[in-house]
Order: sequence, then structure tokens, then C-alpha cells
Amino acid sequence: MAAPQVHHLFHAPIADHSFSFDKKTLAVARENNVELYQQSGNKFALSDELKGHEKTVTSVDIAPNSGRIVTCSQDRNAYVWEQTPTGWKPTLVLLRINRAATFVRWSPSEQKFAVGSGARVIAVCYFEEENDWWISKHLKKPIRSTITTLAWHPNSVLLAAGSTDSHARVFSSFIKGIDTRPEPSAWGERLPFNTICGEYLNDTAGWIQGVAFSPECVTVVYPSAPEQPPRAMLNIATRLLPLNSLIWNGENEIIAAGHDCEPFRFHGDENGWQLAGSLENKAGEVRGAREESALNMFRQMDLKGQAQADTKLKSTHQNTVHTIRTHEEANGVVRSFSTSGVDGRVVIWNT
Amino acid sequence: MSQSLRPYLQAVRSSLTAALTISNFASQTSERHNCPEVEANSSPEILLNPLHISRNENEKVKIEPSYNSVRISIRIKQADEIEHILVHKFTRFLTQRAESFFILRRKPVEGYDISFLITNFHTEKMLTHKLIDFVIEFMEEVDKEISEMKLFLNARARFVAESFLTPFD
Repeated sequence: MAAPQVHHLFHAPIADHSFSFDKKTLAVARENNVELYQQSGNKFALSDELKGHEKTVTSVDIAPNSGRIVTCSQDRNAYVWEQTPTGWKPTLVLLRINRAATFVRWSPSEQKFAVGSGARVIAVCYFEEENDWWISKHLKKPIRSTITTLAWHPNSVLLAAGSTDSHARVFSSFIKGIDTRPEPSAWGERLPFNTICGEYLNDTAGWIQGVAFSPECVTVVYPSAPEQPPRAMLNIATRLLPLNSLIWNGENEIIAAGHDCEPFRFHGDENGWQLAGSLENKAGEVRGAREESALNMFRQMDLKGQAQADTKLKSTHQNTVHTIRTHEEANGVVRSFSTSGVDGRVVIWNT
Repeated sequence: MSQSLRPYLQAVRSSLTAALTISNFASQTSERHNCPEVEANSSPEILLNPLHISRNENEKVKIEPSYNSVRISIRIKQADEIEHILVHKFTRFLTQRAESFFILRRKPVEGYDISFLITNFHTEKMLTHKLIDFVIEFMEEVDKEISEMKLFLNARARFVAESFLTPFD
């Protein structure tokens, strides 16, 4: 396993990150702006800033094919950014929400995107040709609290959402004229807008921080541990701190990361899941040329009033990991994935 | 360190490690606000159950976790009237300078002597394990400090009484 590629961009929290399809451009949410980084050699260099939001940007997503960027923020707005010869041009989305927007993802068809919010609704947004703007339809019925996370099914109709009322739900976001009728699946045959295809309560009453559809699309997972196919739900009990985000690697593996600052692997199948260990390679790590002499100890005591500095964590990330995304995959198997967190680092890991 | 102090501090440390897993959260009750949920107390699902850890009836810690903030309240040991006054003066001195302590709350929670309020903005700027170290060290040091002050006060009282009473000798 090759060592992870670490890109330390700045000293501020990264709420969300997204790579373009060719992996050359990296969009990073930093405070009220979104920063675009271009790859040059082994490094990422700042190339552009998307300014427009008035409060913390909570989520950013680049559409793989069209290259459009969607951002949402705690100022209740979402923008779609399109590249023009004169720079990136924002288009305001009519979200019609009155609380912070928390999470945004393009649907795989790139015709729609979904915005989760603190107003207890999910806004499913699509482009209306006649009026030339992005408008939204609301999914709101059984939602009781802030939406923290969303995930699209590959058919662009089913949408999984996790919220702080400890429910994970699967909705249909079918919009006439935009979507083609989906194939009947385990989730149902007729799927008009706002059909609730699944509703799962987390027994431990924890907040749902991440959801994902498995490659065969019969499983939704949320990491405060549990995982469920339409018929059963499993809890994975661990001694770890809460996990924030997860991805599937094939049908039998989940990779998740969170407050422990490192990604973990979970293995399992229908019969049960278990923690398989960390992806961090700590044992073989040689700590940099740290001076352990008595002189150094006394110097440290003189300068900082402590015998040795323990301000560096052993993990690659130095603070909570917020987002984990698939970087490269082939036939549903993840070859590499990227993580970003509060420490301002984006790390690309090989599985 | 005494035998009963060590497990007490260990319990506080592991509870704090678990509680300080906080992240940014905009208010879902008031528009365009982002405030510590444990203080706003506006939606019950965002708060977790508060946790009490007590060594005896005089020394206890209350940890109130929520989605984006944690409130830690400490009751410092007060065996007699003098210690009570000393603790009051000591915590007053600190809380009056609360803004330079960042995580110190201006007013302690009812029934406790001093409270800390740690939000997600603190854990973003500072190292979480160091914040925990700070709280634990504070709990260790404050008892020492108070008993030292008490000894000093008694010694001074004795000295003052002696010098006042010399003329009547």
C-alpha cells in the first residue's frame, strides 16, 4: 500500500471537498468562499475563488460531466457556478428554505441536485428552461430535524437522507419531464415524488452523519454504526469515536472516517459486519528526525514549559475528518479515495 | 495523586474525549444563526443526555454534550467556610477575565463553581486532546491552589493576631 498523498492547503476547516472528473481541479469549501485548486505537478495551487456566499459554505459538489459546481451555505442559499470565458458565473437557486442549507449533491444524471437543510426539508432542484433558472421541489413530510447528509441512487430518482432525528430515510425524487421512469427495484415499482421507500430508526438514537447506497443498491448505510438492507438492519458496535462519512468499496467493504481522524475499514455481508482495522499505517512509520537529547529536553522546558511536545497526532489528519469521497474506482471497486477535514488537509488514500 | 483522584480524573477524561466530538451546526430554530446548542436549548434532539461524575458529594463534574458544543461544570471541594470564600474569590477572579480564557463561561451553572463552554470553533482552532488536558490539569491544580491559599491565610491570621496581641503581653 503506497503512502497517502497529503495536500495541506491552509489552516482552516474544510467543510467539504470535491474533485473534477479528470482529478485536476479540486474545489474546497473554506469559510464563506469556495476555493478552486489546480494540480501542478505533485501539488495543488490556488487558481480561483468563488465568492458570493455570506455565511459559512457547508457543501460543494462538482458535476463530473458538465463541470458545473453547486455550493450551499448557512446563509440559506445555493449557487450553481458555470465556467464562462470571463470567469465563474453564479446562478442563484430558488431554494425557498428559511434555515441553513447543510448538504448538496448532484444526481448521477446531473439534471438535478438535492439540498439538505435545517428547515426540515430537502429541496430537489432542477433547471426550468422557460424561465431560465433553477427551481426546487420540497421533500418534507416525515422529516423532523436538520438533514445532515444525502446520497443518490445511480438511477437519479431515489435519494437517501440522514438527519439529526436519528432516522435514515429513502425518498423518491421523481420529477416529471426531467427523469425517465426508473426500473422497478427492491425499493418499489411506482415511485411518484415524495414516496417514502424506507425509513430506518437508529436504535442508539445517535445522529445520522453519513448514508450511502451499496453498488448493488439494496443497502443503505449510516455510520453511527448501522447498516440495513430493505429487510434487516445491523448495528456495528465499535469503540471508536463517531464516524462522519462513509463510502462503499465493493459489496463487502465499507470505508468510514470521522472524529478519530483516520479512515477505518469494515468488512461483512448479510450475516454481520465488523471492524477490520485502520487504513493508517502507524507501525512502520518513522517519526522525523526528532531530537531526543537532554539538551533538547531542557530547551523545550525553557521555551514552552514542557518536557516534550505532544501536539502532533500520530494520524495523517490532525483533526476530525468531515468528508470521504471516492477518488478512482473501477467496476465498483474503489482504488483510491480522498478525505478532507477540519485541519485543512486533503488526503488521497490508496486502498 | 491520591488513590481516589486518579480514577475520577480518568473517568472525566474519557467522558470528555467522547463528548468533544462536535461539529458545525447552524440553528434550526432561528434564521441565519449559529449558536451553541447547549446554551440555546431550543431543540431536544440536538442535545445529548448530561453526564454527572462525582468523587464525593462535594466534588463533582457535569458534562452536557450537544451537536456543536459541550458545557463542562466543575464543583470544587469546599470543606469549610474559609474554603468556600476562597473558591468564590478564585472563580470570580477567573470569570471576570473570561474572554482571555476563550473556553471559560462567564457564569457557572447552578450548583457548580465554574463552567467551561467548548464549541466547535474552539476544537477547530485548538487541539482537542490539549483542551481535555487543560480541563484535567485545572481540576488537579485548583484543589492544590485552594489548600495552599488556606494554609497561607491561616499562617497570616496567626501572625497578625500575635502582633496585635503583643502589647497585652
